[in-house]
Amino acid sequence: MNEVVISVRNLTKCFGNFTAVNNISFDVLRGEIFGFLGANGAGKTTAMRMLCGLSFPTSGSGSVAGFDVMKEGEQIKQHIGYMSQRFSLYNDLTVGENIQLFAGIYNLSKAQTEQRSCQLLERLNFSSERNTLVGALPLGWKQKLSFAIANIHEPKVVFLDEPTGGVDPLTRRQFWELIYETAEKGTTIFVTTHYMDEAEYCSRVSIMVDGEVRALDTPRNLKREFAAESMDEVFRVIARGAKRCD
Amino acid sequence: MRAFIVLLQKEFLQIRRNSFLPKLIIVFPIMVMLLMPLIMTMDVRNVNVALVDQDQSSTSARIASHINASDYLCLSIATTEYPEAMFALERGEVDVIVQVPNRFEQSLMLDSPVKIGITANAVNATKGALGMQYVVQTIAFSLSELTEEAGRTNVSELISIENRFNPTLNYRHYMIPALMIILFILICGFLPALSIVGEKEKGTIEQINVTPVSRLVFTLSKLIPYWIIGMFVLTIAMIVAKLVYGLSPVGNVGLIYLGAALFILVISGFSLTIANLSETMQQTMFVMFFFIMNFMLLSGLLTPVDSMPLWAQNITLFLPPRYFVDILRAVYLKGAGFIDLRSSYCALLLFALFFNFLAIVTYKKRS
Repeated sequence: MNEVVISVRNLTKCFGNFTAVNNISFDVLRGEIFGFLGANGAGKTTAMRMLCGLSFPTSGSGSVAGFDVMKEGEQIKQHIGYMSQRFSLYNDLTVGENIQLFAGIYNLSKAQTEQRSCQLLERLNFSSERNTLVGALPLGWKQKLSFAIANIHEPKVVFLDEPTGGVDPLTRRQFWELIYETAEKGTTIFVTTHYMDEAEYCSRVSIMVDGEVRALDTPRNLKREFAAESMDEVFRVIARGAKRCD
Repeated sequence: MRAFIVLLQKEFLQIRRNSFLPKLIIVFPIMVMLLMPLIMTMDVRNVNVALVDQDQSSTSARIASHINASDYLCLSIATTEYPEAMFALERGEVDVIVQVPNRFEQSLMLDSPVKIGITANAVNATKGALGMQYVVQTIAFSLSELTEEAGRTNVSELISIENRFNPTLNYRHYMIPALMIILFILICGFLPALSIVGEKEKGTIEQINVTPVSRLVFTLSKLIPYWIIGMFVLTIAMIVAKLVYGLSPVGNVGLIYLGAALFILVISGFSLTIANLSETMQQTMFVMFFFIMNFMLLSGLLTPVDSMPLWAQNITLFLPPRYFVDILRAVYLKGAGFIDLRSSYCALLLFALFFNFLAIVTYKKRS
């Protein structure tokens, strides 16, 4: 299980004079749940967007699922799933239609689409909601559906940008069960979050401050290093010196 | 291929689910085609004429009765004093003065006729010019009748005016093709742009950008639904023009559809480009309005290109609607064939390729 799925070296993104992501480097292994932590404005989303091929890096190099971040953005997209901070499925399409749309976009055949959407709906206990407009679903359900659709083409890596923001504790727990199940099948999960209890569930955690990665280790090692009892404390110690915040 | 099909299905589903769009697509063309030709008329009626009859002959009486009999003219003052008529014109009571000079009838019999004087109030330039033309036609008619009765055939001085292709100079027939073009510009020009910017504002486009869908496929999926809608709108408009105004194309209907097919691609490609370059609805709408104003006013839709200043005529060469205006009027009213219009079709084709290429290039999946 030591296959490197995401590898980043000196990745930097500048917007004019502002350096949003400053020279970050790390590796993520297959099947890991990689927690990408940081205060608001630390540059998490920018870094993630570069890895997903939504944004060109200013300098540095990296590869995702074996493809170059600079040159092979479109190939990367075939092998990743992405769930943005903002809910972005089509509210005016039904649950079933959204699944079919994204399955079709990844060129899944009709038979495959049908099989996977049945599995997916069953796993989420959504079978009765197949013909419900997505816009009418509660937020927690929408997020679970987004996650399932991000996985419809069985990608190597799934990027989740604050997937549980605004979601109730019970649904959050179910959501993390989904994440675990997916990771166990060998999918790498790259997740940002502000909930420190969620950080405890991650295989490894990186903490970004002012565009730089300040800490990267397993939650247990981090807690030991900072002589802290919880990830919450670790985060507060590291993020205290942040100059950027909103 | 599968991606293209599902994206097309998605567009059609979204259009159908929209509470407003399907109604707009059907009601809008019918409303415009029913009402606008009635309103957008430049036909001048009720031109008030003052007849200054200094001749008091049977000829001048005949002119007076013809003026009165005309649908367009109305003899409101008959006098022998020119100043009286002029006074009425200054007060706006009459639009045109016809002065039949003393001994006019007599001079007709000799071969050196005295001239009839016509004065028009051109404050309202259109009414003045057209009113004058009607008066001239009416008098010409009276005189030709007269000379025929007298058995004389050398009526060389008589004015002869003929409007070819639109024999009754029916302004409606001239405007109907223009209205169809306005419909295309509004429906196929605005809707694709709004659809793209709408996805930007909702954030759904990002979910598409993170998939391997190619820019060409995505652009086509936005283009084709509105292309089909445009063809549907054209059909409705043509049916209304036929049923309500009795206007059917003199030329080949296929040529009209061919022109429309190209023109819709041009205007939709253009609108997608604008949408790709804008971030918000306001930006898109404002930029679109700027261009559409120019399209409407400069491309010969409402006023003939030939009567524009030369520099403006040169600008029209860069405006795609100009070529479709040419095609649609020529096919609808003159029955022109493909060979006559091939340069206009070529121009539309080039514009279509250019703008759609631009639409694909300006669509950025990555920033």
